[in-house]
Amino acid sequence: MQGYILKRILIAMFTIFAVLTVVFFIFRLGPADPVAVMLPPNATPQDAENLTKKFGLDQPLMVQYTNYLKNAFKGDFGTSFRFNEPALKVLFERFPATLQLGLVAFVISVLVGLSVGIISAVKPDSFIDRIGRLVALAGMSLPSFWVGVMLILFFGVTLRWLPIAGKGTLAHYIMPSFCMSLYPIALITRLSRSSMLDALKSDYVVMARIKGVPEFYVILVHAFKNASIPVLTVIFGIFSGLIVGSAVVVEYIFSWPGIGRLVMESYFARDYPVVQVFVIFVTFVVVTMNLIVDIIYAYIDPRIRYQ
Amino acid sequence: MHTNNDNLLELQDLKVSFFTKQGEVKAVDGVSFSVGKEEIVGLVGESGCGKSVTSLSIMRLVPQPAGKIVSGRILFKNEDLMTKSEDQMRQLRGDRISMILQDPMVAMNQLLTVGEQLGEPFRFHDKVKGSLRDMCIALLGKVKVPAPESRVDDYPFQFSGGMSQRALIAMGIANNPDLLIADEPTTALDVSIAAQVLKLMKEIQKETRSSIILITHDLATVAQICTRVLVMYAGRIVENATIKNFYKKPAHPYSKGLIQSVPVLGRPVERLFSIDGQPPSLFEMPEGCRFSPRCSRAEKICFESYPPEIMLEDNHSVACWLYAGN
Ligand SMILES: Nc1ncnc2c1ncn2[C@@H]1O[C@H](COP(=O)(O)OP(=O)(O)O)[C@@H](O)[C@H]1O
Ligand SMILES: [Mg+2]
Repeated sequence: MQGYILKRILIAMFTIFAVLTVVFFIFRLGPADPVAVMLPPNATPQDAENLTKKFGLDQPLMVQYTNYLKNAFKGDFGTSFRFNEPALKVLFERFPATLQLGLVAFVISVLVGLSVGIISAVKPDSFIDRIGRLVALAGMSLPSFWVGVMLILFFGVTLRWLPIAGKGTLAHYIMPSFCMSLYPIALITRLSRSSMLDALKSDYVVMARIKGVPEFYVILVHAFKNASIPVLTVIFGIFSGLIVGSAVVVEYIFSWPGIGRLVMESYFARDYPVVQVFVIFVTFVVVTMNLIVDIIYAYIDPRIRYQ
Repeated sequence: MHTNNDNLLELQDLKVSFFTKQGEVKAVDGVSFSVGKEEIVGLVGESGCGKSVTSLSIMRLVPQPAGKIVSGRILFKNEDLMTKSEDQMRQLRGDRISMILQDPMVAMNQLLTVGEQLGEPFRFHDKVKGSLRDMCIALLGKVKVPAPESRVDDYPFQFSGGMSQRALIAMGIANNPDLLIADEPTTALDVSIAAQVLKLMKEIQKETRSSIILITHDLATVAQICTRVLVMYAGRIVENATIKNFYKKPAHPYSKGLIQSVPVLGRPVERLFSIDGQPPSLFEMPEGCRFSPRCSRAEKICFESYPPEIMLEDNHSVACWLYAGN
């Protein structure tokens, strides 16, 4: 067990290191000259030279790389040009808003997805199953930017029921979180339905019924425990996805003051240290989530725990 | 209909079908037999002939949603199980009627300890007296799992095949059921371990005085512990005989084929049933006797209508036109 977790932690650390390296070389070796990209159009050659010095871009690549790693280790990912503050600090100031919205969307996705998935598997072809399949189809195929715009048009502009932008009241959460959770709900519903169907067909479920185990216990303990293994990966993957992927689109549409919107603004403003720290932060979130999933697996599945 | 009060279980014209996209599969098509108190009845037949479906029907656990008991009566202690509610059935299962599934590796939940799974028949039938863990340990000891005090906390993957099968038997007999159905309990085991498990089952039957339906491929097993044999072919019972009659004077051509294809002692068993041809597809049953296309003695009538059940003597009946004349 300890060996297993240690191995996972090492793999996670290696992944982060690898991504740091890739990010470094992509940002440095790309066709665009970062200094030229960063400078305003009316800059003088003197400005360019100063900037080059400031970022150590005049030094050999390997020296730059080791400095970059050293700084990254200390949590220093450069300074935002726009805010003239450490890039990481800028990101962290905006992160709570993203986390709040992400958590709301995450909880909705998991609760709705799991319950619809389980009920659909227990009662195939029932009313809930049909509705669930329809929602899953819609959630899989409708892009979230389209759903977002439609919601704004209908509930925000036409009906004027809900605020269309910003963060403040509870009502501000409704449309963005709905928009963000549509795809995850579809994914969790589909996956939990199919893994529950498999589990319910298995011999250990028949054996439990043979023993006279009540049906709710058969479903929630025997079947669901087994079905949860494939579902968990997706659930935690979704959490990372919500924080980073849909946040970019949804926060932009609904002017939500989170890191998704920050990265878009920074991108357009050529504030590349912020974009870079965003990419690294995303990696960190994804790797941490995967690590948590691996550890949870070990708790659920004795075959992993005892290996 | 007449019912014999000595019978623990009596199936009357049981029909079970699966309604699939390709059509109706009549997996069990008019099966009638009875099991007396303390009797060990062997149910033999080729794979796919409907043995497991028959036994799951007795527990009203036909695979859902495709499977359905179409008609028939299942009398258990003279009460028709078809009229019981789901909750009444649940109370019978694992208490008065129990079953052991074929493959112990998949019949146990890999994510729960053996002890947790052993305790369920006690917990859910309000039979816990004192410590549940001690009851599970005693139960494991009863099926001769060594070191039950520590084994009870193991997970199924830490058990060998033979040990898992013992644990599964333990779950089946936890509450001393009146009827225990063992669905090929030794098929997944190697020969010497299979022999031990059979010996154990026989000992347990002596002690608990349960009736057992033993489903098997293996006629040697039947000879070893059964008192009576039911031969099943393509969803029907074709012969019902005492063990002595079955080996001395098998009546149905299929039974004769089975006995002749029993391998010589000591030689490894590769394929038990080597009667020419294949069992019929359950979608396209022959009009008459299901065995007629493979039967060397088939006559015209055999292809036209299904033979009635003919009593040859007490405790020996056969469904075959060859015996209709006498
Ligand atoms: N879940 C199912 N869906 C459809 N058909 C089934 C199902 N289970 C069993 N059957 C059909 O019932 C027949 C009898 O199966 P079974 O009782 O398992 O045979 P066996 O004698 O080997 O135990 C099989 O040939 C199969 O066609
Ligand atoms: Mg079977």
